[in-house]
Amino acid sequence: MSEGAHLRQPEAGQPDASHKAILYLEGLNVSFDGFKAINDLTLYIDSGELRCIIGPNGAGKTTMMDIITGKTRPNSGQAWFGQTVDLLKLSEPEIANAGIGRKFQKPTVFESHSVAENLELAMHGNKSVWYSLRARLSGEQQALIDATLHTIGLTDHYHQQAGALSHGQKQWLEIGMLLVQKPHLLLVDEPVAGMTHQEMERTAELLTSLAGKHSVVVVEHDMDFVRSIANKVTVLHQGSVLAEGTMDDVQNDQRVIEVYLGE
Amino acid sequence: MFITRILQNDRGGQIMLAVLALVLVLVPVLNLLVPEGNFLHMPTYLVTLLGKYLTYALLAVAVDLVWGYLGILSLGHGAFFALGGYAMGMYLMRQIGDRGVYGNANLPDFMVFLNWKELPWFWQGFDMFWFAMLMVLLVPGLLAFVFGWLAFRSRVTGVYLSIITQALTYALLLAFFRNEMGFGGNNGLTDFKDILGFSLQSDNTRMTLFVLSGLALAGGYLLCRYIINSKLGRIVVAIRDAESRTRFVGYRVEHYKVWVFTVSAMLAGVAGALYVPQVGIINPGEFSPLNSIEIVIWVAIGGRATLYGAVLGAILVNYAKTVFTGLMPESWIFMLGALFVLVTLYLPQGLAGLVQQFQAKGWLQRRAAA
Amino acid sequence: MLKTYDFTRLLLLSVLLWVCPPLQAEQQSATLTQAVPLFQAASFDKTREAVDLLAVSGDAEAVPYLQALLDGQLYQHKAQGTLVIAKDGNTGDELRKIPTNNSLRKYVRAAVGQLSLSHPDAVVRLKSANGLLETVTPEMAAQLRGLLDKETDSAVKEALSLGLAMADLNAADKAVRLTAIESLAGNLHPGVRNRLTTMTTDSDTEVAKAAQEALRSIEDTAALYGHVETLFFGLSLGSVLVLAAIGLAITFGVMGVINMAHGELIMLGAYTTYIVQQLMPHAIDYSLFVAVPAAFIVSGAMGILIERTVIRHLYGRPLETLLATFGISLILQQLVRTVISPQNVPVSNPSWMSGSLEINSVLSLTYNRLYIVLFCLLVFALLYFVLRNTNLGLQVRAVSQNRAMARAMGVRSARVDALTFGLGSGIAGVAGVALSQLTNVGPNLGQSYIIDSFMVVVFGGVGNLWGTLVAGLSLGVVNKVLEPWAGAVLAKILVLVFIILFIQKRPRGLFPQKGRAAGD
Repeated sequence: MSEGAHLRQPEAGQPDASHKAILYLEGLNVSFDGFKAINDLTLYIDSGELRCIIGPNGAGKTTMMDIITGKTRPNSGQAWFGQTVDLLKLSEPEIANAGIGRKFQKPTVFESHSVAENLELAMHGNKSVWYSLRARLSGEQQALIDATLHTIGLTDHYHQQAGALSHGQKQWLEIGMLLVQKPHLLLVDEPVAGMTHQEMERTAELLTSLAGKHSVVVVEHDMDFVRSIANKVTVLHQGSVLAEGTMDDVQNDQRVIEVYLGE
Repeated sequence: MFITRILQNDRGGQIMLAVLALVLVLVPVLNLLVPEGNFLHMPTYLVTLLGKYLTYALLAVAVDLVWGYLGILSLGHGAFFALGGYAMGMYLMRQIGDRGVYGNANLPDFMVFLNWKELPWFWQGFDMFWFAMLMVLLVPGLLAFVFGWLAFRSRVTGVYLSIITQALTYALLLAFFRNEMGFGGNNGLTDFKDILGFSLQSDNTRMTLFVLSGLALAGGYLLCRYIINSKLGRIVVAIRDAESRTRFVGYRVEHYKVWVFTVSAMLAGVAGALYVPQVGIINPGEFSPLNSIEIVIWVAIGGRATLYGAVLGAILVNYAKTVFTGLMPESWIFMLGALFVLVTLYLPQGLAGLVQQFQAKGWLQRRAAA
Repeated sequence: MLKTYDFTRLLLLSVLLWVCPPLQAEQQSATLTQAVPLFQAASFDKTREAVDLLAVSGDAEAVPYLQALLDGQLYQHKAQGTLVIAKDGNTGDELRKIPTNNSLRKYVRAAVGQLSLSHPDAVVRLKSANGLLETVTPEMAAQLRGLLDKETDSAVKEALSLGLAMADLNAADKAVRLTAIESLAGNLHPGVRNRLTTMTTDSDTEVAKAAQEALRSIEDTAALYGHVETLFFGLSLGSVLVLAAIGLAITFGVMGVINMAHGELIMLGAYTTYIVQQLMPHAIDYSLFVAVPAAFIVSGAMGILIERTVIRHLYGRPLETLLATFGISLILQQLVRTVISPQNVPVSNPSWMSGSLEINSVLSLTYNRLYIVLFCLLVFALLYFVLRNTNLGLQVRAVSQNRAMARAMGVRSARVDALTFGLGSGIAGVAGVALSQLTNVGPNLGQSYIIDSFMVVVFGGVGNLWGTLVAGLSLGVVNKVLEPWAGAVLAKILVLVFIILFIQKRPRGLFPQKGRAAGD
């Protein structure tokens, strides 16, 4: 088992975003049993950008995330991370280690581990079997965990089993796991579902602060939340891009109005 | 120090290992030092019986490692146990030398009987103890590695995996029944004489094997506990609870699964190797799918994902089996069947879980009183 | 020879004038009467002439006498010359046994065949034509040709031409031999093969070569039918697998329950057959018609009981159902051992199940296998119909796709679960009836099928009845194809290994359920 040797480690370097964009999706198509979930989708995300993606149910938002993270293989099309990394050739862990982190729609944390252990497991670093058998937390890593716990407001829950957290806390923990993973690109699926208004504001703050250093793609239904964080919004409909622009542009777009009101 | 660190927070394991240590001291005293006829004397057949239970317990620990912590319900661990047993059996067969019925120094009796002229290639080297012991680890390990690599890479999980592990042991059962395989067919390997020059019939050899089984169990237990306590162990549990999440965090799940599965298969092989000289026979029946499922029920009864529960379950169930098959042979199968049903329905956490529940309650009450 | 016939006929006519009509025997026909003096001559040659006479006459009444001669039961009244058939050998002094020897008997046999060829019943004609095949002499050939022209039944015609062609193999004329060989190419009659084998050493190389070629074509044809037979064996084994697995395809595929007691439900069906037969010992032929519904009810009821008491609590935890139902399987086995017997019990085959359908001399399909194939297809069709076209089927599919939604739509999912499980279990019972006709019925019957059944379902793709059918049949065929060169056990091992490897490639089987929902 010589894994690790050919694994791209995130420390290995930034993805080559020399042409401004960090994520290229071009002409993607996916169909399930004849149903076209993604239909000739083309989308670019710039380096350091915070992009919101909205769209009605079944617009293909989650499927798009699945393609980027290697869970679903498209029938045709291209997906590149920077100039050099062909996402369609990599497995999920390889993509994760290349620097793409994902938060799921339904919060998924490691329920029987403590909050701190969840962060430990998500942390960037050598992820080979033999290494992990002997791995100990370094002071640096411990500091990162503490800092992250502080950021996500779970310091008091350090030893608590993750499964016992509230829904909102799990959302936060998952965001924390994203943070310690130190990805270049964060895919965040419905981060504020089940959060109180206050928590929502904090999340908005956090995500905005991440942009710049990282590229962030947020899929969200909550329009108020989207308005509060986004400068650029993409509307997906029936598997392809319907409109793109500022929130105001998009909201005044006749086709977008039809799609949302027509539902 | 090392051991105490491993056993930190493992109350059950501490107790289990303490009891085991006591037994490993007490049994030799009662058997060898207390004279025969004395009320306290322990007959050798009991020692061997206990030794057999200990090898079962090690096997159960191996199964708990993959089922309890990795979430893979292997219905094929009996096969790894049997392969380890066969490797040991082959060494013991070669030790018989010319003392067999046919007096052929180079060929085991069954080969002479089949009119074979020379030792098949896969029997070469088994006259050397070190080689046989290496095979005890390598053969089950290699099979688990290849099988696991194929299965986990293509993400065969859950029930499907259980079913194909069962098919694996079933295929081996059929294969080992064939005389052409060169493992003694139906009858398997038996009539062993001695191991490393010590007669298998002597009390001292039997006592040594018993003690070795106990040490192997302790060693296996500590190894598994060490793995579980490491970061690797936490990753393994993460895989059990949220496999695809673990992938998205960047772990190559299949590597972890193969690694743990292989380690577990090797432990099972060691258990088999210790089992064979104590019971004096290994035959294809050990590959029977029933055996593999029975191991799972030991673990389930003891409590999965506790390790010490597996030890407890294996010993309790097998003790009950010995008692009841002796008293009322017909009823044992009924009881075993009922155990399967009742434990899955009413005791999903096993006996260990039951104890933990009581402890939790007692703790709460004390808390409330304070 | 013809001349001799004429001569003897003349002679006989003159003799006839003074021969008294027989007293105690029934009136014998003219031809028989003609033969009397020849038999009286008491020489093998004369007897042979008499046989010839009878054979050529085409007189069907002569057949029993010739048959008696063959059996050594033909006697002649010493004084009157009348022919008498005496079965018991207790004949007294007045009768004289007509002696025979080997070559004569062979001759008589041919004559009997020839005579029967004129029988009004086509079945008798066909039988005798087939009996003649290897013994046609050039002399008989002329007569056979005459019969062939008159013959109307195509099967008899075919047999006669075959016999003639066999006779032509002995012809002096090379061209005739070659034509005969050519016409025999591909013919599967065992006699043809033997005869052609001897022809391969014919002095004429051209003939020998032709014979070799004809033999090769015969072997090719035989091999082809051999393949057909293997296919048939495979399909019948496959049908057994499908029968055993199809109930599982419902409980496992549709409900997601790993029912390790499925094999024991099959066993219960087999035992139901046994009990039904014990109850109606004089009507074994009809027992299966009672046993099939009975087994369906017994196993189905047991299935519902298991579902209501155990499985109901374990939905969504497939591995736990596996363990619990395994416990149930142990209990059921032991129950049968305790209540009935630990030994195998005898189950009889109805008479209509025995025997076989002869396609030709190398291919015959045994009825029991044939019925299994048909029964399997019938059960499959019925089940398919139930799931597709009935209200229950609709509800079953609804629950299997989305339990919560189905419940919201007013489907009583608990009842549907119980009925579905009962249906799958009942089918297992029906499979048990079929298995009772093929294998030993004992407490371990189910165990030997459970792994195979799971293999079939997994191989076919869970939740897909067609997949189960295709998987079962193809695994059966593969098994039987492998058997001749690998042996039964190794064939089975190879099939298991194949499935294990196949699952790696296609974890969801041959016909996977597609779509997003089927993902994780």
